[in-house]
Amino acid sequence: MSAGRDMKGDRSVENEAAFEKFKSCAVEVLQVPAEKITLDARFSDDLEADSLEVVELVMALEEAFDITVEETELEGVETIGQAFELVTSKI
Amino acid sequence: MSDGRVVLVTGGSRGIGLACARRLQADGYQVAITWKSEAPNALDGPEGSIPLLPVRCDVNSTAEIDRAFDEVEAALGNVEVLVCSAGITDDTLLLRMSEEKWARVIDTNLTAVFRATKRASARMVRARYGRIVLLSSVVAYLGSAGQTNYAASKAALVGFGRSLARELAGRNITVNVVAPGVVATDMIAGLPDDRIAALTQMVPLGRAAEPEEVANVVAWLAADASAYVTGAVIPVDGGLGMGH
Repeated sequence: MSAGRDMKGDRSVENEAAFEKFKSCAVEVLQVPAEKITLDARFSDDLEADSLEVVELVMALEEAFDITVEETELEGVETIGQAFELVTSKI
Repeated sequence: MSDGRVVLVTGGSRGIGLACARRLQADGYQVAITWKSEAPNALDGPEGSIPLLPVRCDVNSTAEIDRAFDEVEAALGNVEVLVCSAGITDDTLLLRMSEEKWARVIDTNLTAVFRATKRASARMVRARYGRIVLLSSVVAYLGSAGQTNYAASKAALVGFGRSLARELAGRNITVNVVAPGVVATDMIAGLPDDRIAALTQMVPLGRAAEPEEVANVVAWLAADASAYVTGAVIPVDGGLGMGH
């Protein structure tokens, strides 16, 4: 039981670190304050990101996390949370 | 004037590309040129200018284009001005044109521009600055018997360039197309004399352009001061294509 809890704990710590990294990419690329980068923030409405900024963010994330994101995987990704989930599924 | 900005000229080892490279070099830019078949020898420009950086590159290969950019970035920094001048002709009437002949010209003149601009624009977008100049041709809108492949590739650059101009406009990156007419380069020198005479006869200014005259317009577009010109197609053709 305790081992399970520890693992879960490690995962959430890792997740938190990953989100901080994700957030710093987003802040840099989208030029928005860090507090606006929340899981339910929408790229177009809340962050006023145009399509090129989203592409820039994806490229920055690919570099930061050493992952590759295919065009098709971006379909339907409209929020920070969805994008973060996509990134974490690859690391 | 140029702030020593970094330029890459594809096909910069001869013809119009070399003239562009030399002109930008004289204007104070740090200029790299790609070459494929013959390495350029005279790399020095006027006193006080920075020698040209020759980079071997087959523009038909994405890997080679990436490597060429890596080399330029390591030596000079990120490319801020990209001049796409690498191009070939392989003429014959459509009825005699093999698909290979077609594909080779399209790949070199069009797809290589896709490769180079894609590689360059990622850094330009990040830097919020860029100048991209594509060398098209008057043939793009006049048409030219025996050059369906070449004309198609050069016309395609207009649609490509204008679309890219729209995509990158918000990032202070301009994309423009220069459409030369008859220019005194090896490409023209390969034609029969009577064909050259017939071509120049059609030119209102009555002569072929010197490559430097095309380079002059490219240098103007490359300048910081030309920030408000994007998606333009500028003919440098002695009036040959007027009205199109």
